[in-house]
Formats: sequence, C-alpha cells, structure tokens
Amino acid sequence: MQQKVFEHRLSNGMVVLGEPMPWLESVAFTLLLPAGTRNEPGDRLGLAGMTLEMCQRGAGPYSSRDLVERLDFLGVDRSNNVTTFHTSMSMAAMSRVLEPTLEVAAAIVLEPHFPEDELEEARQSGLLELASIDDDPAQKCFKELKRLRFGEVFGRSSLGSESGLTETTLEDCKEFHRKHYNPDRAIISLAGNFDWDRFLVIAEQLFGSWKGPAYVGPTSVRSIPGNSHLQHDSQQTHIALAYDAVPYNHPEYYQGRGLVGILSDGMSSRLFAEVREKRGLVYSVSASAHSLHDCGSVLCYAGTTAPRAQETLEVTVQTIRSLEKGIDPAELKRLKARVRTSLVMEQESSSSRSSQMAHDWAYLGRVPSRQELLQTIEALTCESLLNHYRNHPPRRWSLVTIGPDPLEFSDAVS
Amino acid sequence: MQFLSEKLTNGLEVIAEVNPEAFSLSLGYFVKTGSRDESPEMAGVSHFLEHMMFKGTARRTAEDVNQELDDLGSQSNAYTSEEQTVYYMSVLPEFQHAALDLLSDMMRPALRDEDFQTERQVILEEIAMYDDQPPYGAMERAAEAYFRDHPLARRVLGTRETVSELQPAAMRAYHLARYAPDNLTLVASGAVDFDQLLKSAEAMTNHWTPSQAKRQLVPPTFCTDRLAMVHPPATQQYTLQYSPGPSYCDDARYIARILGTILGDDSGSRLFWELVDTGMAETAATFTQEFQECGLFCTFLACAPEQHDENWEIIQEVLGQGREVPITALELELAKNKICSGMILGSERPSNRLFSIGNAWTIRRKYETIHEASEHYRQVTQDEVQRAFEALADRTSVTVSVGPEAA
Repeated sequence: MQQKVFEHRLSNGMVVLGEPMPWLESVAFTLLLPAGTRNEPGDRLGLAGMTLEMCQRGAGPYSSRDLVERLDFLGVDRSNNVTTFHTSMSMAAMSRVLEPTLEVAAAIVLEPHFPEDELEEARQSGLLELASIDDDPAQKCFKELKRLRFGEVFGRSSLGSESGLTETTLEDCKEFHRKHYNPDRAIISLAGNFDWDRFLVIAEQLFGSWKGPAYVGPTSVRSIPGNSHLQHDSQQTHIALAYDAVPYNHPEYYQGRGLVGILSDGMSSRLFAEVREKRGLVYSVSASAHSLHDCGSVLCYAGTTAPRAQETLEVTVQTIRSLEKGIDPAELKRLKARVRTSLVMEQESSSSRSSQMAHDWAYLGRVPSRQELLQTIEALTCESLLNHYRNHPPRRWSLVTIGPDPLEFSDAVS
Repeated sequence: MQFLSEKLTNGLEVIAEVNPEAFSLSLGYFVKTGSRDESPEMAGVSHFLEHMMFKGTARRTAEDVNQELDDLGSQSNAYTSEEQTVYYMSVLPEFQHAALDLLSDMMRPALRDEDFQTERQVILEEIAMYDDQPPYGAMERAAEAYFRDHPLARRVLGTRETVSELQPAAMRAYHLARYAPDNLTLVASGAVDFDQLLKSAEAMTNHWTPSQAKRQLVPPTFCTDRLAMVHPPATQQYTLQYSPGPSYCDDARYIARILGTILGDDSGSRLFWELVDTGMAETAATFTQEFQECGLFCTFLACAPEQHDENWEIIQEVLGQGREVPITALELELAKNKICSGMILGSERPSNRLFSIGNAWTIRRKYETIHEASEHYRQVTQDEVQRAFEALADRTSVTVSVGPEAA
C-alpha cells in the first residue's frame, strides 16, 4: 500500500492536499468550507443551504445555465452538501479536464452573482425539499434525533425551517457568503491522476488572492439524552437510537469504531445476526459511528412493523449491551479482514479518497496514511476493546420513534 | 484488459474481464431467473429464494455463510430483478479460491424449513417498508396496468399473500429448475486468475446437472390507462407514466437513453430547467427501463399536490414539443458527454464492471470494453434523437398517480 499525501498551505491559510493515484483515469476533489448550519442566525434556519444554492445560480463568467452546461460539457460528476460545520462541494472528472473544472468550482465559491430574480426559485426549491422529508419517515426520524440530541445550534438540519427559508433575503445570503466562505480553515483535497506541482500553481492562481475574516471555532458540543415520538400512520415503526462514544479525534477512536464494527459491519455482525437473522424482526438494522466536533455518538437504526417494534427496540439494546460480555477473537479477526480489504479498495476510487482526506484534515489537522490506520487496527485486541467498552459504556441515550405508537424505553435510561 | 470465456462440461459459462493491475477482484453468479419466470401464485419466490441462499448449505450453517463472507473481508450482496438474480463478492486477489468455494456452495442451499419461516418475516418487513415509502406502490401498480397478462406485470417482492402462502417444497422445485448450470453464468472482473478460476469452478460445480430452463418471451400489447391511488399519510403527489421504449437488445436504446437525458435528467435537462430549477417540483424526470424483449420510456413527477396538475400539464407539453422545439446539437453533445464520462468514472472499480459485463453477456451474449460501449452513444445522430422525440407525441401510456387525495 504505497502512498504519498502532499500537503501545502496557501498564504491566506487555505489548505491544499493531494494524493496521486496514477493508475486511475479520473481525478476528484473536495472543497470543504467552514460554513455550516451552526453559523446560521437562529431566525434564518436553512440559510447555509440557500447560500450554496444561490452560489450555483451564476458565478464568474457563467450564468446559471452556463454553469450547468459547462460542467455537463466537461462530463463532471458533482455533489454538494451542507453539514453542521461545513459546506462541501465535490467533483469528479477525467483527469484531462481537471483545470477547467477547478475554474468552475473556484468561480462558484469566490464569485457568485446572487441574481435577485432567482431568489424565489431557490427558496421554493428549499421549501419543497423540506416538505418532502415528511414522506421519508426514516430520514425524518434521524433529523428529529439530531435536533433532540444536539440542541438548537448543533442539532440543526441542513434543510432549515419553513420560517427560516421564508424570511431569508438576498442580503442574508451575501452576508453569509462574506462571513463564512473564507480561506481560513478552507480545504481543497485532490485525489487521482494529476501532477502535484502543476496543481499547486493552479490552486495559487485560483484561490491565492482569496481573503476573508478569521475563523471562529465552535464551542464544545454535548449530547442531550431524551426520548421523543412522532405519530405517523405507517405499517412500520422507525427507531433511531443514539448513545455516547468517543469522537473521531480521540486517541481511542478506533477502539470505539471497532466496537461499532462488531455490532454492525458485515452479515455476521451482532445486530444483523441477532435482530434480523435469528429473530426475523427487521429488514434493516444498523449502527454507525458519528462525530460532531468533540462529541461522539453511536447512531442506530431499526425499522419494523408496529406490533414488533417494542421487542425490536429491546433486542437492539440488549445486543448493544452484550458487548460487555466480551469480544470473540473470531469477531475481531473478521473486523480486521474487513478493514484491510476496504483500505486496499479505497485505492480504486478517487472520489472517496478525496472526501476522506478533506474530512481527516478538518477533524485531525492531518491525513493519516493507510499504513498507520492498518497498524492501529491490527493493534486492537479483544481485551482493549472490552476495556474501552467498560471505560465508555453506552450512556446518555436518545431515542426517536416514528410510527403508529410510542415505545417504552426505561431500561436503557437507567 | 482481457476478456476470456469458457463453457464447462456441465453447461456453466465462465466469463471474465481480467485486469492484472487491479487491486481487487469481483465474482458473481448471474442467474437468469426473476419475477417474470414465476407463476402468479408463486410471485416473489425468486426474491425469497435469494434471501434463503444465505441460510446455509449441506456443508455450512447460515452462521458459517455469513461469517465466511466477513472472514474474507468481502463486500458482498445479492439482488433480484424481473429478469435476473445476482450474487456477488468483491475480495482481495488472494481470496479468489475461497470466495469461489463459498459462492459456489451457496448456489446449492439447504433450504431448511425453520429458516424459511424466519426469513418469511424478514421479507414481509421488506414489503411493509416499501409500502410505506414513496411512491407507495405506484411503480408496481403501473407495471400491472401496463403489462397486464405479460409476465413482467409481476411484483419482484411478490405480495403479502403470495409470500405468506409460499411453501418450502415449491421453492425447492423452483430452485432445481432455475439454478441449473445452463441457466447460470459465473462472471469475474479485476485481478482474476482465469486458469485457476476455471479449474476451481469445474471442481466445485461438476455435480450440478443442466435443466434446460426456458424463459417465455412475449411482446407486450400496448394500452392507455390512467389510475389514481390514495395514500392518506402522503404529503406529496407522485405520478409515474410508462410508455413503450426499446428493449435491452435493441440498439435504439442508446437513442432513448440520450433522449431521456436531454428531456429529464436530474440536472441540465429540459424538465430540470422548466420545473426543478424553478422550484415547482421536487423531481421531474424521464428515463428508460429495459427488459429482454421490450422496454419502457418512463416519466416521473414528485411535487406538492396543489401544484400537481399544472406541473403534469407542463411535462406533457415539453414531451410533446418534438416538432416545435427540436433537439439541438448542443443538447446532444452535453448528453453524450455526461453519459460517457459517467460510464468511465464508474468503471474504475472492478465491482461496477462486474454488472456491466455480466448483464451484457447473460442477456445479449456480448462483451464490450468500456470504450466500445461508450462509442455506441457517440455514434447516435441528432436526426435519430429528433425522430424519437417526435414519436413521443403519439405514445400510448399508462399513468398512475398517488397522493393524499385522488388526483
């Protein structure tokens, strides 16, 4: 697993990362901006998403239609996203069109037109997207879990609120852009078939003169335990459950991640084996590690028809607690095999690598190598995992259910 | 990149696109069986069987199967469609033999009664899950109305009734008839050792006996119909329209796919600028669905119920403007670039190539490199797309709409 990760900082503070993967025909980059939902004023929920939407409706030499046509002409696959702390823009293309693609991305971030006559359309798109989540109970369940667990600022959804979207003005978008689309803490990470020296020249040309106010970091994030039920006329009850874990930048993160793997990675994982295979209670059950700044959580999901929901919740919690009885060496061996494979296969995708690098830098201020990661995973033992569980047992539970009836949830809280 | 194929003595075909430079390899058994090969009372048996294939064999318990899949560090799964059932694994090259041994053994499942009863509950949960999700069964309803007596009218998951009544003996008979070596293809892509693959496959499958399984191919008859379904908890209105389109074996599919992209791709298409960019609809899309002997040109709308009628009228207008607003050279070029670039980007993972080469071989008995495949799109002319566009004005169609109230 030979690997070279280049790092560079432009004079304005923007971080430039690159990992050459010359065996690919493609190249992909992720632009991560320190502009998230936590930066929205309390009465403008949805502003981060609206600003990103407006940035794409005309920028630099391009009109709204030119932008889309230019990216389609270049054959660029793209996706955008707003999270609690970031706005991200990812693009993947054939390596020969890297430079023109970067030019479009830079225009979107640095020179948006904010056309007045498109604000209403952007607003309507946002309102429709917000409304459509009512027809997606599983997603709604996690949106509510985030709100309940992380509170007003850190629990915001990128979809915003009806009043926030309705009240947003063009000036709000411009101000959000001025304040939060800035080079201090911005990251561009590139992976795939490219030349690093040439890329540095381009990055300097496109982003070097970018100026903005200094970054203000977030306060600490703390989880808030609690339960909530949303009534919904459906056959299935959706269960979203969370408990505390160590965050991504914690020295023992991979101990905690390992425990989540024992619970949920693969078809022999405990949740899949117990809740689905043995008892046939669900089609879907899973757990994943989640980090919000310095607050780590494990998020779980199970969906089952209403009469079996109480049993499903209980079996899910019991299965999580079964970790306290210890880890079987065979489970750990499987976990390590899965990590090895996924690290090797990471080299097959420029997109997933560029996004991983950007997020690593945002969280850790560095990009760990595959070799380092592999050594960390190989060093896990059944004892170290069990110790980690004992030192960080599941606590501060949050539960959100959507379905015909609420569920009882006293065991886990006590 | 090298393509290799061989037929074993029992009739099993083995094909591979070998790329010695790849980091991983993918293996899959492509079974030419799906919901269209079922009798109406057994609807859902292909998909139910796919679940049961993970439940153990003569040599392995269900736990063994799942643990071995994970021991190999594999990314593995299976899916069932109208026309095929596919089981696949992606592993590191050193695990080729072990992965093939597991996958081949899984093709001869134990189908134990007690596992059957537990798994039935999982399938019923899966049906309930989809019933609760948009577009709330509109796709299945549209296929039933469009295909009527045709085998493609059947639901891949079956219904609550057929799944509840299915018996293990009937599933065993179905398995025997459909999972025969002359109805399966072993497909591999990536860092494959083909000689070793052939040798192992021969040893592992020599006890399988051919069945001469057949598929009934029937040209569908076209009809026009309009159905409204009510799903009170829904907040949005969803409308789906099926019209005739080219089959998976018809070269006209490249034209139809390009037309679908120009008119209704999720970005930069005519419907996108008309309805999505303007914030009038959450989704307004056109796309194709292709089967062995026939195909569909599909239109889909998701929006607020009060805006539905106006939006649907706009869609009909856009699709009917073949003569008034012809396809431009720029539209054609952008659509081709978008499709071809997407194909090449997607092909970098051997696991994605597995499906392209497996589908093309099992249905059309043809292998093409990614560059040969993208050349088909490059060859499509403006005239051809224009003619297909004009023909939309006279299409027959089945339209199904679902929302909180009847549309």
